[in-house]
Amino acid sequence: MTSLSAPYTVEFPFDRTVGPKVGTFLAGLREARLFGVRAPGGRVLCPAVEFDPETAEETGELVELAGEGTVVSWTWVSTREGDPLPHDFAWALVAIDGTDGSFFHAVDVGGDPGRMSTGMRVRVRWREVRVGEIGDIGCFEPVPV
Amino acid sequence: MRDIAVVSFAQSPCVAANRRDDMAGFLLPVIRDAVQQAGIDRDQIDFFASGSHDFFEGRTFAYIESLDAVGAWPPISESHVEMDAAWAFHEAWAWLQLGQGDIALVYGIGRGSLPRDLDQVLPAQLDPYYLAPLRPHRHALAGLQARALLDAGRTSEQQLAEVVSRSLAAAVANPAAQKSGAFSVAELMAAPYVASPLREHDVAPCGDAAAVVVLAAGDTARRLADRPAWVRAIDHRMDTHYPGSRDLTRAESARIAGARAAELAGFAGYDVDVAELHVQYSHQEMILADALGLTGALINLSGGPLAGNPMTATGLIRIGEAAAQILDGRAGRTLAHATNGPALQQNLVCLMSTDPA
Repeated sequence: MTSLSAPYTVEFPFDRTVGPKVGTFLAGLREARLFGVRAPGGRVLCPAVEFDPETAEETGELVELAGEGTVVSWTWVSTREGDPLPHDFAWALVAIDGTDGSFFHAVDVGGDPGRMSTGMRVRVRWREVRVGEIGDIGCFEPVPV
Repeated sequence: MRDIAVVSFAQSPCVAANRRDDMAGFLLPVIRDAVQQAGIDRDQIDFFASGSHDFFEGRTFAYIESLDAVGAWPPISESHVEMDAAWAFHEAWAWLQLGQGDIALVYGIGRGSLPRDLDQVLPAQLDPYYLAPLRPHRHALAGLQARALLDAGRTSEQQLAEVVSRSLAAAVANPAAQKSGAFSVAELMAAPYVASPLREHDVAPCGDAAAVVVLAAGDTARRLADRPAWVRAIDHRMDTHYPGSRDLTRAESARIAGARAAELAGFAGYDVDVAELHVQYSHQEMILADALGLTGALINLSGGPLAGNPMTATGLIRIGEAAAQILDGRAGRTLAHATNGPALQQNLVCLMSTDPA
């Protein structure tokens, strides 16, 4: 027996105001600049959030970061249409230098999972065309030794 | 507090894809089964609560279709949560606590097979600025969690395979299981990764099924079941969403929910005979066992979600299975756990006992 089927696109067709912290963070990405935000107690969080996930207090000033960090966890996946990279890659949590916690994004090691390891040093690779979205960071790539 | 108990539980077999029945079609026999076990008529039920996801159906208010199986005329009191039906169970328990009625029926419907590609659907549960636009693979965040656990030396790939092997062997005795059988650890470890270090069998297999739990208060519960499974405590807690903002190797919200439930119940995870854990991935069993202090309990005797995962019914089935252990006289104290969101973000703990207090 066959069932009825119809095409369906998952989308989010709204414009949103993202607020002063997330907004500045995303505007920074458009200029190829990475910002964190200062949380109570002096910790810096990246990506920037309006409220500290630990204390729920409002966060403070934005802090510019160098865009390098250390992989704290990773998982190897096959590339799909629309992914940040045309070959297999890792999704990873990257502890950005100067911040607490970690940042979720893709890491490009040229399709070779043998080059991925926890503790490896990576840096941001910017997209050439940037629009103020998380995808303005194309991926992270290993820091040349 | 009123004494409230589970008096019956029914579920349909979990299948990889049910294209024969609509929501009402596969819910109706399960409602009939649960209601017959309790020995009541549908019109004696004071409140209905359900859990399911519009995202799987691809349309809003999809669950309304399921009301054809409930029978909504004359008008009924009912509610729906857009999440696992374990949370609908919590709502029904609270509704009965308020004294507005004596019998509640909770159902969950899993239709995760409907989307052609779950990778297109599941990122919709993630934050819309920092995660969803990247469209992570559906198992990516769990893969990060599993790797963090391995790196911390808290488990090994072999131990993950042992969890799967034990679960699928236990599921042989469960007629509702989608997957079961004898699989050696070596055989499992030879399988390829889907999101390393996770292999396909480390992932709870998405399927279609419905589950129904009937709750009743006080003397009504005593009348409807020989050994009611008294809900001694239920609590749920939520962690922060962003995976980089929490320690993925621990389920702090599960720990807090477990501790709070233990305070209310007067007994804790280490006192239970049997626990049913909503593990969406094999590595989550040890995170949860640690968080809930399950030192002596038999875990997932049904095979658990690794043997069948009708998403949004899976958590309610944990409550049903843990209650069934008491209803059938196999256990004295049981724990059920349900989760929602990525990488154990939200956790619910329910403690049940043969004694109402």
